[in-house]
Amino acid sequence: MGESFDIIIVGAGIVGAACAAACARGGLRVLVVDRGPVGGGTTAAGMGHLVVLDDSQAQFALTYYSRSLWHQLAGLLPADVEYNQCGTLWVASDEEEMAEVRRKEKLYAAAGVHAEVLDGLELEELEPNLRPGVAGGLRVPEDAVLYPPSAARFLLEQAQQQGAQVRTGVSVRSLLGEGGVVLADGSRVSAGRTVSATGPWAPELTPGLPVRKRKGHLVITERYPGFVNHQIVELGYLKSAHGAGKDSVAFNIQPRKNGQMLIGSSRQYEAEDTAVDQPILDRMLNRALEYLPSLGQLSAIRVWTGHRAATPDKLPLIGPSQESDRIWLATGHEGLGITTSLGTAGLLADLLLDRATAIPAAPYSPARFAKTSSVND
Amino acid sequence: MTKTVQIRVNGHSLCVPVGTVVAAAIARAGVARFRRSVMGNPRGPLCGMGICMECRVTINSQRYSRSCQTLCAEGMLIETDE
Repeated sequence: MGESFDIIIVGAGIVGAACAAACARGGLRVLVVDRGPVGGGTTAAGMGHLVVLDDSQAQFALTYYSRSLWHQLAGLLPADVEYNQCGTLWVASDEEEMAEVRRKEKLYAAAGVHAEVLDGLELEELEPNLRPGVAGGLRVPEDAVLYPPSAARFLLEQAQQQGAQVRTGVSVRSLLGEGGVVLADGSRVSAGRTVSATGPWAPELTPGLPVRKRKGHLVITERYPGFVNHQIVELGYLKSAHGAGKDSVAFNIQPRKNGQMLIGSSRQYEAEDTAVDQPILDRMLNRALEYLPSLGQLSAIRVWTGHRAATPDKLPLIGPSQESDRIWLATGHEGLGITTSLGTAGLLADLLLDRATAIPAAPYSPARFAKTSSVND
Repeated sequence: MTKTVQIRVNGHSLCVPVGTVVAAAIARAGVARFRRSVMGNPRGPLCGMGICMECRVTINSQRYSRSCQTLCAEGMLIETDE
């Protein structure tokens, strides 16, 4: 029974891949196991935005830290990762939302995040296809987008260059409280610690975890370079992302580097299947049409769905689980896993290696959901 | 007399019989390259039944229109990626 690892990471999505790279760089012997291909789960259904968000102080800290790590990595990313620092435009429909724009700008400026308040005319100049008459918006020029599956593959390659092993197409049956895993064929692989980076499927390996599947739809078009120039998101996005309702949609579009337009977003609980749900897809596209009236002239070539890993307090779970200090978690990233993968990996590796963390790790600790707490959303 | 419609292919005017698909009209206009691939290679009709997407051209300003699935209409403006 030869092999032994310091860390086994279950899940080769972008979070697992980033954790593998950070752990391997820290000198740990790493094995990554995934039942599917690299980046084939939630990662393949993510839009790929690298954004700063401020729904909570902890969310702001993690997204800002993560985005700075992406900026450091940007020069190394191969072309097929399609990294594009197009910036984000938050669109404010009315004066009420403009007040929110100004609040955000102040908060960002105080923290050193570059952002510009735009009026309706300036917005129209930057994005001529936006419907006229919007109140204005906030431009965050250092936000970016990328193609998540390729980013996951790149991060795993970085890990492999540091000696990490990767096994795809291998299912994990269970995580061992004493460290290590049992594979589907019954064989055991031992390790000092195991990290579950299994996104919305995490409760299968650590039952009772407060992570729920939240379905989303994506649409991608043919190539229309210049149709939009920024990632454009309605300010109401946060209402959709963080509302408690069962189903919601919000306008979100990204220009991919090749000229394709990627359109989101929808959010549904209690929708475990991956089939395209026509009524909510209609709602999502109608929402996009409200902001981009000429969008209807573009040809869509593909629609697909995926599931986010949602937690009750909209923050990820990073650190040792309630079950065992040998079973760690890196899940619950909801719609921000592409951005926060690098920050998650930084925190996880620092905690594992007893190093000081770049930002306080406590807000993301799984310990915040004590066994007795009631979970609701 | 067969009824005809007048169209333009890359600015050149021609008359084709009613019922002619755009792909045939483009061929009749002597154009072989309907579009370019991402890598810049020439592309043209392959399946002729709307599946392969190789025959896409711009019809009346609508990009990515399948020329094999569209009938010529009077005054139609067709552009290929020459």
